[in-house]
Amino acid sequence: MPVEVVMPALSPTMEQGKIASWTVKEGDKVEAGDVLAEIETDKALVELEAAADGEVGKLVIEAGTSDIPVNTPIAYLLRDGEALSDIEIAPAPAPVPEKPETPVPTASEQPPSSSVVPQPTPVTIAADPELPADAEMTEQSVREALRDAMAEEMRRDEKVFVIGEEVAEYEGAYKVTQGLLDEFGPKRVIDTPIVEHGIAGLGVGAAFAGLKPVVEFMTFNFAMQAIDQIINSAAKTHYMSGGLVTCPIVFRGPNGAARRVAAQHSQDFSAWYAHIPGLKVVAPYTASDAKGLLKAAIRDPNPVLVLENELLYAVKADVPVSDDYILPIGRAKILRAGSDVTLVSHSRSLDACLEAATHLSAEGVDCEVIDLRSLRPLDTATVIASVQKTNRLVTVEEGWPVAGIGAEISAAVQSAAFDYLDAPITRVTGLDVPLPYADNLEKMALPSTDKVIQAINTVCYRQG
Amino acid sequence: MGKKPVKQTQKTNKIMREEDLVSSYHDMLLIRRFEERAGQLYGLGKIGGFCHLYSGQEAVVTGIAKAKLPEDQMITAYRDHGHILACGVDPYNVMAELLGRADGVSKGKGGSMHMFDVDKHFYGGHGIVGAQVPIGTGLAFANAYKEDKNPAVSITYFGDGASNQGQVYESFNMAALWKLPVLYIIENNQYAMGTSVERASAQTDLSQRGRSFGIEGRQVDGMDIEAVYAASLEALEHARSGKGPFILEMKTYRYSGHSMSDPAKYRKREEVKDMRQHHDPINMLKDRLIERKLMNEEEAKKIQDEVFDVIEQAANKALENVEPDSSALMTDIYVEENHAS
Ligand SMILES: Cc1ncc(C[n+]2csc(CCOP(=O)(O)OP(=O)(O)O)c2C)c(N)n1
Ligand SMILES: [Mg+2]
Repeated sequence: MPVEVVMPALSPTMEQGKIASWTVKEGDKVEAGDVLAEIETDKALVELEAAADGEVGKLVIEAGTSDIPVNTPIAYLLRDGEALSDIEIAPAPAPVPEKPETPVPTASEQPPSSSVVPQPTPVTIAADPELPADAEMTEQSVREALRDAMAEEMRRDEKVFVIGEEVAEYEGAYKVTQGLLDEFGPKRVIDTPIVEHGIAGLGVGAAFAGLKPVVEFMTFNFAMQAIDQIINSAAKTHYMSGGLVTCPIVFRGPNGAARRVAAQHSQDFSAWYAHIPGLKVVAPYTASDAKGLLKAAIRDPNPVLVLENELLYAVKADVPVSDDYILPIGRAKILRAGSDVTLVSHSRSLDACLEAATHLSAEGVDCEVIDLRSLRPLDTATVIASVQKTNRLVTVEEGWPVAGIGAEISAAVQSAAFDYLDAPITRVTGLDVPLPYADNLEKMALPSTDKVIQAINTVCYRQG
Repeated sequence: MGKKPVKQTQKTNKIMREEDLVSSYHDMLLIRRFEERAGQLYGLGKIGGFCHLYSGQEAVVTGIAKAKLPEDQMITAYRDHGHILACGVDPYNVMAELLGRADGVSKGKGGSMHMFDVDKHFYGGHGIVGAQVPIGTGLAFANAYKEDKNPAVSITYFGDGASNQGQVYESFNMAALWKLPVLYIIENNQYAMGTSVERASAQTDLSQRGRSFGIEGRQVDGMDIEAVYAASLEALEHARSGKGPFILEMKTYRYSGHSMSDPAKYRKREEVKDMRQHHDPINMLKDRLIERKLMNEEEAKKIQDEVFDVIEQAANKALENVEPDSSALMTDIYVEENHAS
């Protein structure tokens, strides 16, 4: 069979091309690699080379012809002993076909719908473990709870190590890794130079190779240096490798505004990471959640972001004394049950929600306060069930409004519980501005109890 | 500052002029006193957030300020009070920024870490370790783009800790490849927060960090203003004359903690004390001035008193300045007029 020379696809997007000129004529002898023609695409003029030795039998399409669809035969090469009569000339070039000729077989006939639920395939997430009534509890700060979570998991699993700036000798810029160097030594508690992107990538590589790194970012503001490795490497490689490569890594550190540290040191990345398929994202509020969720994150075979909050580190609460206190990732928690309005929030903004709820209960408004705890997966079921009961929803977050967590919750609620809503959903967010340094301006820019009360009054049609 | 002088194209005197030496004593003291006052105000809760003091490192910016041309730009990290003062900005506006007041250089929006004065060619004030290095390289790119015979040089400062960030090396490569007029000043104060250079750097001679790109570098005693001046004069000339970037590693020392809450367990008190007693850049200069009879004790005292008063007045006035008006909250996010041209 003579060798067909077809209009080649010269780029991923090329659909048709033009033969600018033939550099051979019929009857010429050519060797593999010899230039046959110049092909012009919308981007470039490219030389078309012979794929095999032979004789130019027939030039099917004239030089100067445009819009030749990719894969159309444009010439035939005769190999030893072949004659012109062996050529079966394909029909003249057709217009650009709409679809590739042979459809690629698909496993399932049902394409996933993009318009229904924007969440990944729902997984059934277990409830929090039942604690026996006599479970031993200890009062701890969030800081201590996080430290214990790491220490317990390091005792349990040799593969777990902690790496970051100032985590070892200094015991953490915010003292979260206190005592870890003493107990586990410099092999497993590792100070690094100031190299966020490097540590994130090194952590990903170590995780690919089976270790379980806990990468501390001094704050998540600095993880922006590393965000490429977090997203392009940690989040996507399991998928890109068809499930061959796993990345059991934890990225943790304080997230969000502290006090007057200005725009570059105050950012809330909740929505950023919640956006990324392949990551799990938790944002614990209480000490016991901090412990249970960090332990879950370390045991999870996927990359997990643990967004802590500097201003919550010293806050104390009862924490179960148990090496196996593991919380499910992806479950919200009702912090306060109520019947009139649902407040949904996470991390430090819950302070404002709880205060507003207390304040308004004195005025007869009964608020239900939901702590999302996990931002991916996002437990919309708990929120929807609550809204079906209260018929009103206020979302509260420190991050910016545009494409934020509140926007995502609103979309989920209006789609699943539209008929239950008695008022438009109202969002309280950080203002749409880089965070200012001046005391008065900073206060204005962040969510506050007053702003939450105002929003509740709005959805309840009350005069404040 | 009086009349605009005839445009200089290059300073040539390798030895500091006598009047520059005496004014350096004043300028360094001004920074020192400013930082002491800032430290006090922080302690009183008047300054919030992070506040990184420059005490101990004054000879670096002061020596370079004497060697640079007015249009040479400067850019640095968050430890920026000394840099903006060395650019000649009024301490009142710098203090007002620290206090988060309306007359602050950045209108109270940036605070300690984000000082700017574009008229004085000071481009900040950056909070992300290492990020100012490519930006400073970009200033140099713009300088080269203008094709002046004697381009301005971008003086790009960063710390020993920052010198390990990847973007520093991306910058070095571009600067060398395109022969950009940039002077990299590594302020090696021996620590990055609680981490000493030895614990963070495989190659501790930071002046050699540009070698694989063919960038010349030199270590300089950053506590000796005359050494700083001479080295930077030469390095600036190199960069200005089209030979590309130059690296000066200034060996210096920070007296204060990293920011205001620093347990300082990573170094010994005696180490700080020894530096203060035997290597203090201001005292060293004073001794020299007296020895060379360029100043006597009385004149020194006069300068000290004058600086004290200037800072006192600046601080008191700044404390009386109002907070920014609430209408300032949502301005400056975008350029407000249409600047299309
Ligand atoms: C990308 C990034 N990582 C971490 C930090 C936190 N941080 C602030 S200053 C600093 C140490 C920097 O040391 P060095 O570069 O030596 O400058 P110095 O403070 O000594 O002037 C660190 C780790 C930051 N601001 N940015
Ligand atoms: Mg340093």
